[in-house]
Amino acid sequence: MPAYLQLSQIGKTFTRGAATTEVLKEVSLDIAKGEYISIIGHSGCGKSTLLNIVAGLTPATTGGVILDDREVNSPGPDRAVVFQNHSLLPWLSVYDNVRLAVDKVFSGTRSRAERHAWTLHNLDLVQMGHAKDKRPAEISGGMKQRVGIARALAMEPKVLLLDEPFGALDALTRAHLQDSVMQIHASLGNTILMITHDVDEAVLLSDRIVMMTNGPSARIGEVLEVNLPRPRRRLELVANPTYLKAREAVLKFLHERHRFVEAA
Amino acid sequence: MSVTALKEAPQTPRRTPAEVVRLARPKTPVAARARAALHWFAVSVLPPLVVAALLLLLWELLCRGAGATLPPPSRIWADSKDLIVDPFFVAGPQDIGLGLRVLVSLQRVAVGFGLAAVVGVLLGALVGQSVWAMRGLDPIFQMLRTVPPLAWLPLALAAFRDSSPSAIFVIFITAIWPIIINTAVGIRNIPQDYRNVAQVLRLNPIEFFWKIMLPSAAPYIFTGLRIGIGLSWLAIVAAEMLTGGVGIGFFIWDAWNSSRLPDIIVALVYIGVVGFVLDRLVAAVGGFVTRGTAAS
Repeated sequence: MPAYLQLSQIGKTFTRGAATTEVLKEVSLDIAKGEYISIIGHSGCGKSTLLNIVAGLTPATTGGVILDDREVNSPGPDRAVVFQNHSLLPWLSVYDNVRLAVDKVFSGTRSRAERHAWTLHNLDLVQMGHAKDKRPAEISGGMKQRVGIARALAMEPKVLLLDEPFGALDALTRAHLQDSVMQIHASLGNTILMITHDVDEAVLLSDRIVMMTNGPSARIGEVLEVNLPRPRRRLELVANPTYLKAREAVLKFLHERHRFVEAA
Repeated sequence: MSVTALKEAPQTPRRTPAEVVRLARPKTPVAARARAALHWFAVSVLPPLVVAALLLLLWELLCRGAGATLPPPSRIWADSKDLIVDPFFVAGPQDIGLGLRVLVSLQRVAVGFGLAAVVGVLLGALVGQSVWAMRGLDPIFQMLRTVPPLAWLPLALAAFRDSSPSAIFVIFITAIWPIIINTAVGIRNIPQDYRNVAQVLRLNPIEFFWKIMLPSAAPYIFTGLRIGIGLSWLAIVAAEMLTGGVGIGFFIWDAWNSSRLPDIIVALVYIGVVGFVLDRLVAAVGGFVTRGTAAS
């Protein structure tokens, strides 16, 4: 498979005064178009830093990111991010939050009416069309995250970057959103890179799970292929041996070989 | 009776003709609204009125005596009735109602404060956004803001060689510091999330200013504006005392020179009321503009 998104030899060192901390070391990963990749690891292992480097929000110290044969080192709408805390602008309505992104990305290529329709289309995609005139403060956490996803999708990104998108949600809402993301991924074929610390979520959603070792100097410890046919259904997978095996492999990696060491 | 027997006898709903029960009529909304208005009156209007009446009474008692240096309320009413009842009379170029004088002063405040708001928000944005601008400018601003408004007046008179622009300059220089400082704080406090969104969307600096900076910092900006308008109103009265013209400040000075103490007291009440209204006005505009900006 040709690599669509290529992370090559990424290293990141934070310097504060005389102290330097190496967070990431020689992280290399090839991601094919349409692939769903999860990055899992204990907190503090630098997975969010890695996502920020791909997003261009944080510069890499060494190595680089190549997307569709071009190096990327600054943020842009081709790598739309769904932030953990939704990051909707509270003074704009749900519609305007998405429309802001649509206007920015398509102002030169689409007419006003087309942009309006595209905004509504994306809100409908995440089942949020009914709340388009509400402000973020007036909708639930799960709904906010849906709008965040709609905003990211509306940019027609080459890669969708999800930064622990469901981390702040309760288990039921999280399951609903995971199903929505699976549906969207099935129908649009997006390339998705997701940070998570939820093993079930990683196995359920991903084609491959990238497991990070503990920091400092975190690297990719192991990559696990999840050979489950799509569409995947939560309930059918509960007793599926492949699912259970994948789940076990990730759990073993996280809790046996790379146990999270409490900071002393 | 067995359990099955219960099952076999399904209750047929008896159809008795429905009885129309006349319910007590709900209170008419008019009555409810009147009650609410009455409550509001009793809570917000009545207490200050009662206290004001008591204070007037006390004042009357204290200043009634022969040796009193200040006039009692009764004499103010007798001497300055025209000023109190008709704010907008015109009886000659220098003999006009206090309402008109206040309008002249307000005009100066509007120009000076308006300029201060625009320049203050822009400078505040610069100081809040750029580390180097903050390092260079912030100490200077912190020093200059402690200079009393009237200390600027001689310099302004020397520079503009005219009293009216000098008064406006004094307003400007008084109001601008809290606006700059509060705007800068507001912009420094823009959550990193919003900045990340702006970066992913590749908003240019002008779009960033309008779409992220201003709405996000608006609560801080309006705090600055509210302090600024209060200081402006303080400064204009003082500045007009020295520069002359037809403003309310000069009226007080003029009344003092011609020993019309009752007129001064009426003017003070005008100034207080207008200052109060200005403050509430800016607060109301701020409340309207910043609705929904509170992060959730």
